Amino acid sequence: MSNKSAIQSLLDPALLWPAVVDSLRKLAPQTQWKNPVMFVAYIGSILTTVLFVQALQGQGEAPAAFICAIAAWLWFTVIFANFAEALAEGRSKAQAASLRSTKKNVLAKKLDGTRHGDKWFPTESQNLKKGDHVLIEAGDVVPGDGEVVEGVASVDESAITGESAPVIREAGGDFSAVTGGTRVLSDWVVVRISVNPGEAFLDRMIAMVENAKRQKTPNEIALTILLVALTLVFLVVTVTLLPFSLYSVEAAKAGSPITITTLIALLVCLIPTTIGGLLSSIGVAGMSRMMQANVIATSGRAVEAAGDVDVLLLDKTGTITLGNRQAAAFIPAPGVIEQQLADAAQLASLADETPEGRSIVVLAKQKFNIRHRELHSHEATFVPFSAQTRMSGIDYDGRQIRKGAIDAIKKYVASLGGVFPEAVAKAADDVARRGSTPLLVTEGARVLGVIELKDIVKGGIKERFAELRQMGIKTVMITGDNPLTAAAIAAEAGVDDFLAEATPEAKLKLIREHQNQGKLVAMTGDGTNDAPALAQADVAVAMNTGTQAAKEAGNMVDLDSNPTKLIEIVEIGKQMLMTRGSLTTFSIANDVAKYFAIIPAAFASTYPQLNTLNVMGLNSPSSAILSAVIFNAIIIVFLIPLALKGVAYRAQAAAQLLRNNLLIYGLGGLVVPFVGIKAIDVLLGVLGLA
Amino acid sequence: MTTDAIFQLGLYLAVLLALAWPLGAYLSRVLQGEAWGPVRLLAPAERLIYRICGIRADEEMNWKNYAIALILFNTLGAVAVYGLQRLQGGLPLNPQNLGAVSPDSAFNTALSFATNTNWQGYGGESTMSYLTQMLALTVQNFLSAATGIAVAIALIRGFARHSFGTIGNFWADLTRCTLYVLLPLSFVLALVQVQQGSIQNLKPYQDAQTLQVTTYQQPKNDAQGNPLKDEKGNPVTEEAKTATQSIAMGPVASQEAIKMIGTNGGGFFNANSAHPYENPTPLTNFLQMLAIFLIPTALCFTFGRIVGDQRQGWAVLAAMTAIFVVMVCVALYAEQQGNPQLTQLGADQIASAVQAGGNMEGKETRFGITASALFAAITTAASCGAVNAMHDSFTPLGGLVPLALIQMGEVVFGGVGSGLYGMLIFAIMAVFISGLMIGRTPEYLGKKIEIFEMKMTALAILVTPILVLVGTAIAVMATAGKAGVANPAAHGFSEILYAFSSAANNNGSAFAGLSANTPFYNVLLGIAVWFGRFAVIVPVLAIAGSLAAKKRLAVTTGTLPTHGPLFVILLIGTVLLVGALNFIPALALGPIIEHLQMLAN
Repeated sequence: MSNKSAIQSLLDPALLWPAVVDSLRKLAPQTQWKNPVMFVAYIGSILTTVLFVQALQGQGEAPAAFICAIAAWLWFTVIFANFAEALAEGRSKAQAASLRSTKKNVLAKKLDGTRHGDKWFPTESQNLKKGDHVLIEAGDVVPGDGEVVEGVASVDESAITGESAPVIREAGGDFSAVTGGTRVLSDWVVVRISVNPGEAFLDRMIAMVENAKRQKTPNEIALTILLVALTLVFLVVTVTLLPFSLYSVEAAKAGSPITITTLIALLVCLIPTTIGGLLSSIGVAGMSRMMQANVIATSGRAVEAAGDVDVLLLDKTGTITLGNRQAAAFIPAPGVIEQQLADAAQLASLADETPEGRSIVVLAKQKFNIRHRELHSHEATFVPFSAQTRMSGIDYDGRQIRKGAIDAIKKYVASLGGVFPEAVAKAADDVARRGSTPLLVTEGARVLGVIELKDIVKGGIKERFAELRQMGIKTVMITGDNPLTAAAIAAEAGVDDFLAEATPEAKLKLIREHQNQGKLVAMTGDGTNDAPALAQADVAVAMNTGTQAAKEAGNMVDLDSNPTKLIEIVEIGKQMLMTRGSLTTFSIANDVAKYFAIIPAAFASTYPQLNTLNVMGLNSPSSAILSAVIFNAIIIVFLIPLALKGVAYRAQAAAQLLRNNLLIYGLGGLVVPFVGIKAIDVLLGVLGLA
Repeated sequence: MTTDAIFQLGLYLAVLLALAWPLGAYLSRVLQGEAWGPVRLLAPAERLIYRICGIRADEEMNWKNYAIALILFNTLGAVAVYGLQRLQGGLPLNPQNLGAVSPDSAFNTALSFATNTNWQGYGGESTMSYLTQMLALTVQNFLSAATGIAVAIALIRGFARHSFGTIGNFWADLTRCTLYVLLPLSFVLALVQVQQGSIQNLKPYQDAQTLQVTTYQQPKNDAQGNPLKDEKGNPVTEEAKTATQSIAMGPVASQEAIKMIGTNGGGFFNANSAHPYENPTPLTNFLQMLAIFLIPTALCFTFGRIVGDQRQGWAVLAAMTAIFVVMVCVALYAEQQGNPQLTQLGADQIASAVQAGGNMEGKETRFGITASALFAAITTAASCGAVNAMHDSFTPLGGLVPLALIQMGEVVFGGVGSGLYGMLIFAIMAVFISGLMIGRTPEYLGKKIEIFEMKMTALAILVTPILVLVGTAIAVMATAGKAGVANPAAHGFSEILYAFSSAANNNGSAFAGLSANTPFYNVLLGIAVWFGRFAVIVPVLAIAGSLAAKKRLAVTTGTLPTHGPLFVILLIGTVLLVGALNFIPALALGPIIEHLQMLAN
């Protein structure tokens, strides 16, 4: 994303100011009403303000200055919570704005027919409908999401992906989808528009970012229910405290009943304002983090589901291994020395621009220092790979060197009347068993040996899988290779299981099997043939380079088209839930200390002996109550960065993770307020405010 | 704590486990409809009941039908108990010619016995005829206990089943619980009771000549039988003398057994298990304590067996036991310490060979400190409510323990069935928060905890604290409420708080200083009792239904383990925290300030 760095800085002044303004605007009752916990705090603020006004008129139940201080800090509590939400929203608004800037209304060249060369006339892109065909030429902006039906072009997709290298889009196959807002750099394509106006990918992205705050996920709703229940209980606890206090005064014949101000202060301190105030910002921030990872989720639900994934299906090529095989060894035939084989292999590959071909040249240089040779000075003819011969090679100074798969070379040698050595066939077999691909080299009818082309497992991937295993997630490698090769690579990469010779049906079946065992399955895919499996998987990440069908079947799109992104997605999903859970625990645990601060203070006049419970040794009843209220308000501000960044996540087993978080947020939640309230009390004392 | 106390507690827990383990296995079989072992003898009776009542036991119900059947049945039971009390004057088996029970007391007692609370505003021997005791109260003792077990078993089924629309047949569950579990156990215990000295007869009350003439104060009544009051509103009393003592008789042992085994707690006599005919010897005292915890403990094992992982049952039991042991130790310590103010006055409160020491007020000398404090903790940890000592006379901390155990929601062992389902509700809540903390949608035993479950959990956990606090608030504001308070200052508040805690949590024990047999308390407590029972049961059944319909998720290392020490701690923490947050302010104005004042003076 172009404005990525701007979004990452948490306290960017450009975001802070609007957030401050927004947090005041959010004081409107209809906004407050949406958050039941904060609404109670809001009503409390209003009530104490009324009590303050009453006190000013000389009829106060407590000193006006005390009520004023309580009222002010209750308002701050509400405003701080608003601020947290506004800040998170500000960040996603910035993202939406940057997305919207790429969504320009452009003039499209709408074709009369469906072929290149048909007459076209200019049409506003917003008027294009599903099924329209447009011509896009070099320099044009793609007017809408669609599929290339004719032609090939290089496309700059940086507006969507942030990736500056252009990509090729062509008719047919898995690279036929184009996205509105991107720009064609060279050549031309005819595109069939696949969505109606307002339904385009970019529209969905913008809508998602903007709506993140409004749509609550199921889990968020469940948590809200718990918070509302707690709020209700505390409401009853504090409301009934008034009759209890009245009775106690009557029975003990001492002191005066608890004041309404104190009751409201106690209520607001007890209800889970910390999590209540930060809940929506956690959700918005989670979506934002997905955006920063360049993943577009179609719903918050999908993000949450990512946290629950049990099984991860990963394509071998491109995910577990580098996209291309690389030459790893030369295995000469009997009577051939290795250098001879390397020399021939290098010659045969000099003109071969495929990654495999280049890797053979590199290996020959590494092993025997065979240098690049000028082909022009010799009578060299490059024989390109053809579907008929399934070989490539070179005719060089009268030598005819060919390389190809074992079957092809066998046939070639036989046609020249040569004998295919048994030892070479065996060597080729061994190579296959190791998970590599054998490539045979022959000069005329004389077989020189085998080049071992190896699948290179990505660096660090083994460690990622180990992490996933610790998180309780099983990894399954999907490959079209034969089981022998697949097993070897699976072992090297450290995946838990593999599916060899995978067909779309086999993939779908595998997903269903896992789901029937009660597991949640995540997978990535890009091709049209992945679509059924993507639709079946619980978390389906489609590559942005993939076909429209794949993107529609998935519930997330990875703009970077990086299949390992799934791991990050899982982490972000987990982080979001963890942040909610941890702050809830923290918020509830805080109440213990608040009781110790407020209860002795509230009944000090009736039962002075209750001061034994004042374990913090707070200065005076009014200072104790005020300190608790102030702590309750500013803890929200202190926790905003945590809510926006998320609780740190490390791959660990569930039990260990819980133990750590319980220690930090549970035990921390018990202890921190004791320290905080005492510190505020001391400060108030020093300043002479209470 | 004395060595005696440690020994008694240790022995108690050891024997309890030894008995509950096989019972748990037995329950898991018979409650799933397996006619097994010696029960086969009773199987014809089961079939006969089904034939008479037209029950098709193999036709299962969804949770709504289960709940409707359950509530209708219990309402019917309450109506029957009310009717019998009101009509007992004209019915047989009434040798003392006891008249109809007052409407408000009958209302309260009917709801109280139908809900397994057995709060008793009346004195048994002076109010209820033998017919009422047997046909109304004892029958409800069985049926309300069976109802509790049925709900627990339905919830267990909810966890054990997957993609299932039903949670069992209420009528079959009720019949099996009564026939195969409660009846045999009660029969055995009743026999032991009789052997130890409990009475079991239908004779009129016996008169005995006392060795000395007793002088006592007797309230004076006017012509209509209403108590007379002087100008200050205090009751007018007159002096009376007597040399005879009326000794109450009745079918005691049979009611005593189910009173304990069904965690009912409603005594035959006003003195409950402190009465020598109800609880004659230290052995019966020990057996009664065992009987209270027996089924609640066994159900934990049953739970583990049916869900297919016995560690789950152990975890729940471990959490219960841990809370119980700590609380009982506090009570034992506080009662053994006695009152420091008495020590200052020169009273010897140290335990020795010749005396129990500590606070003996309101306790039977044959039970002493340990057996009384232990009984008090057991009867309140479980929602039994039978007492062998007067909780009102405990030290402030000693009285705080029963009160706090009740206020935790009767989930520390709890009532038969209700203890387990209550604890599982807390487990769902604990799992919900901790599930979030590990970054997964919370799940318990492979079932996802989602919006509907949270709604119902919140409801089940909300109901009782609200009933307790609002009820107490009404009582301390109303004149009629304050009129019942006998003790001044904070203790009076504790008495009212205890009454509503006990009622709403279906315990039934009392801080007896409160005169609660008034229309005001009878009605208010009756309401608390009813909603405290069924406003929890309905959400629990709803959860059972919803869980049964869910798919079961596979367990991986990413799943939060719910059988280890960490989960036990978490569960304990949840129960304690919810209880503390709800009741600390109220407790501060009751037992806590009483304790602080006792120390300060």
